[in-house]
Amino acid sequence: MINNLFLNIDAGTIDWSRAQFALTAIYHWLFVPLTLGLAVIMGIAETYYYRTKDEFWKETAQFWQKLFGVNFAMGVATGLILEFEFGTNWSNYSWFVGDIFGAPLAVEGIVAFFMESTFVAVMYFGWKKVSPGFHLASTWLTGLGATISAWWILVANAWMQYPVGCEFNPDTMRNEMVSFAEVALSPFAVSKFCHTVTSAWIIGAIFCVGVCCWYLMKKRHTKLAIESMRIGAWVGLVAALLAAATGHKSGMDVAEVQPMKLAAMEALYNGGTEQGLTAIAWVNPFCQPDYQNEEAAPLKIDIPYGLSIMATNDPKGFVPGINDILNGYTRPDGTVEPSIDEKIERGKKAIQALAGYRQAKFASSDNGEIAAAHLKVLQENMQYFGYGYIKDKNDIVPFIPVNFWAFRIMVGLGCLFILFFAAILFALWKKDVTTLPKWHYWVAILLIPLGYIGSECGWLVAEFGRQPWTIQDMLPTWAAVSDLDSGSVALTFFLFLILFSTMLAVEINILLKQIKKGPSL
Amino acid sequence: MTYEFLQHYWCFIVSLLGAILVFLLFVQGANSVARSLGQTEEGRRLVYNSTGRKWEFTFTTLVTFGGAFFASFPLFYSTSFGGAYWLWMIILFTFVLQAVSYEFQNKIGNILGPKTFQFFLTLNGIVGPLLLGGAVATFFEGSNFIVEKNNLIDIEALTPIISRWANASHGLDALLNPWVLVLGFAVVFLARVLGILYVMNNVNDEDIRSRGSVRLIGAAVPFVILFVAYLVHLLLKDGYAYNDEGFIYMEPYKYLTNFLDMWYLLVILLIGVVLVLIGIGKTIMSKNYIGGIWPAGIGTVLTVLALLLCSAWNNTAYYPSTADLQSSLTIQNSCSSEFTLTTMFYVSLLVPFVLAYIIYAWRAIDKKKLDKEEIKSDHAY
Repeated sequence: MINNLFLNIDAGTIDWSRAQFALTAIYHWLFVPLTLGLAVIMGIAETYYYRTKDEFWKETAQFWQKLFGVNFAMGVATGLILEFEFGTNWSNYSWFVGDIFGAPLAVEGIVAFFMESTFVAVMYFGWKKVSPGFHLASTWLTGLGATISAWWILVANAWMQYPVGCEFNPDTMRNEMVSFAEVALSPFAVSKFCHTVTSAWIIGAIFCVGVCCWYLMKKRHTKLAIESMRIGAWVGLVAALLAAATGHKSGMDVAEVQPMKLAAMEALYNGGTEQGLTAIAWVNPFCQPDYQNEEAAPLKIDIPYGLSIMATNDPKGFVPGINDILNGYTRPDGTVEPSIDEKIERGKKAIQALAGYRQAKFASSDNGEIAAAHLKVLQENMQYFGYGYIKDKNDIVPFIPVNFWAFRIMVGLGCLFILFFAAILFALWKKDVTTLPKWHYWVAILLIPLGYIGSECGWLVAEFGRQPWTIQDMLPTWAAVSDLDSGSVALTFFLFLILFSTMLAVEINILLKQIKKGPSL
Repeated sequence: MTYEFLQHYWCFIVSLLGAILVFLLFVQGANSVARSLGQTEEGRRLVYNSTGRKWEFTFTTLVTFGGAFFASFPLFYSTSFGGAYWLWMIILFTFVLQAVSYEFQNKIGNILGPKTFQFFLTLNGIVGPLLLGGAVATFFEGSNFIVEKNNLIDIEALTPIISRWANASHGLDALLNPWVLVLGFAVVFLARVLGILYVMNNVNDEDIRSRGSVRLIGAAVPFVILFVAYLVHLLLKDGYAYNDEGFIYMEPYKYLTNFLDMWYLLVILLIGVVLVLIGIGKTIMSKNYIGGIWPAGIGTVLTVLALLLCSAWNNTAYYPSTADLQSSLTIQNSCSSEFTLTTMFYVSLLVPFVLAYIIYAWRAIDKKKLDKEEIKSDHAY
């Protein structure tokens, strides 16, 4: 083929493209959760102002809005890069599923971004120009716009985890949407949205409580600190409890449609019924364990039946392990899941049938019957089309240590945050929070980075666990990239690394100075 | 609604978003001349605060333009963004710099200093319009790519990629074409014209307004020369046409023919050009006239809309390939499925509602012109 003359792809391109997307997504997720979380807190503060007309609440709302603004721009900027990176770095992906994937991104732009960008301007510059009611509405609409934006981008992400509402069209050589409702209201998307947004509220709440504790420690702006802390702690507790509940639902979704991801999260090499949830085990963080030969991860301590309950809501539920998935297994209901080798064979058969179909269909002579025969084979094996690009069955096992430890850190910190917010509310109810020992305040301040770590770990589980697929079971990363040399992508990776890191340093410094300066009460 | 109608409809929507984006480049244009418009620190802050209340619209329109293009013409998204990698990356890079510059520049704790971020705004103000204008020019001049969908069934290939750039420059080669640069610089100067007109209208400051009238001439003259030169070149050049079977071929005077066949686009183009000239001319001639942004802005949208539609309608390949003519993208061979276009058609019905609240909110913010008092407030940039 003529364009093979220009083939300059190497394996490094795939890794650098993954690294660049991960870098952008990780940075993006440093800014977005604070935007979503602070939107709720500043909205509540301004609602108090609207109801009481007490200038204290106006100053409180303006203080949180100021911090919101410093953070907001970076979220917008990194989000722009993410959207375009689907085209720049994942061009094959963009064609192969663009018919489905592009729609949520377009809806996000039309419905959410304009709302966000319009009303954020009113929120900042409209205090003396619009009525208090309009201003309050603008503040909430800014947060609502950000949340709707999260909805659509999570619909898109959920579709990558669980592709629904589409069919492959052999004439156009791509997947095409057949049900927008299935895509937009996918149960995976609903769980993902609820879990992600509530986790973002947790970060906003931790940030709010941490800042308040710093003021209490410094004995400054005490009233603002106590009242904001109350809002933050309530938002945080409700969000943390909701995140736990939605996390369970997400776990069940993963067990159903991405069993390999769940097995990697649990370092479950050999599955079965009545599976315990691993509380702790030794999984070397730096190398892939020998899952084919080890019975289980060393030093494993289980919570009995925990994994079966998490995955199936049944203590006796069946959960497949990595080797079960690789070698095929029979479910309790008698249905058989084929081995990966069989899926690879059937995938290749599908791709060959597609080649035959196109040859027959676009040949000059009438080969209708031959084309129909190939189409039948393609349809019978289409479910495993993506596996046709897999060379070795072990390629479909994600890097277990990242999934295992990231999942544990996320869940552990989530439990810690529930206790933390409950303790804060108890202290606000029973104690004088202005006279607590200093270390209490320090604990709250030091929890701020832990909030981010927990949230980023959630994304690591979601994205690393899906590897090597860009779209689960449909398109592996090496069939999704753009035709670029690895040097170009490596260069842009480092450019973005330097840019984002510099801007993050500037933002953190500005935030610290703004906090130190405090509200103009 | 037929599939053909939907293809044309979505081409219209994407072109409209592109046209609005070019109009909103007034933010970039004003930033690129901020130093000469506001010669004091206070004057520069007035300019940055004026554009700072609109930058998110430009940004959001860029994102929505990208999303709409992705949803309606995914093969373009796949081919252009993945192929012209460096061109798009530089555009994105400068827009990231712009996004943070407003909020960060005058905040305490800005460790890079305000001048760094003002430089970023200037950089984005020049490079953004130049490369976006250059990207638009490739719709007429062509790009060096190949599309081969059958690559997807080559399972022996390391990566079965369908769109490839046919040289190693990944988009920067477009800048070697002088006509791409002509249109690129025309957009740079158009953005400056619009930026100056916008600031004159939005900022209540006599110094800035009087300097704006003078600077306007300096931006308008090169803009008119470059734009007219490109328009003449476009009308005289061969274009990329396709027949009912989708076969792509070169046709003499294709774009001139398009304007003659689609006379309504010619009318829109002429009205647009006249409105831009009215906006410029009236502002230069009349000392008290500050509303030039309105005719010039509307004229810009109409002109760009007509040009973009001319590149794609009437059996024209809107993203031509200079490496392999048959790889050229048309609205037929690069669009989404009928189902997706139909679904998105209903989503697009929300656009008037969105426009209505933007106008409402924008009017509320702008009913009092920006002045020196306002930038002393706490949230000024």
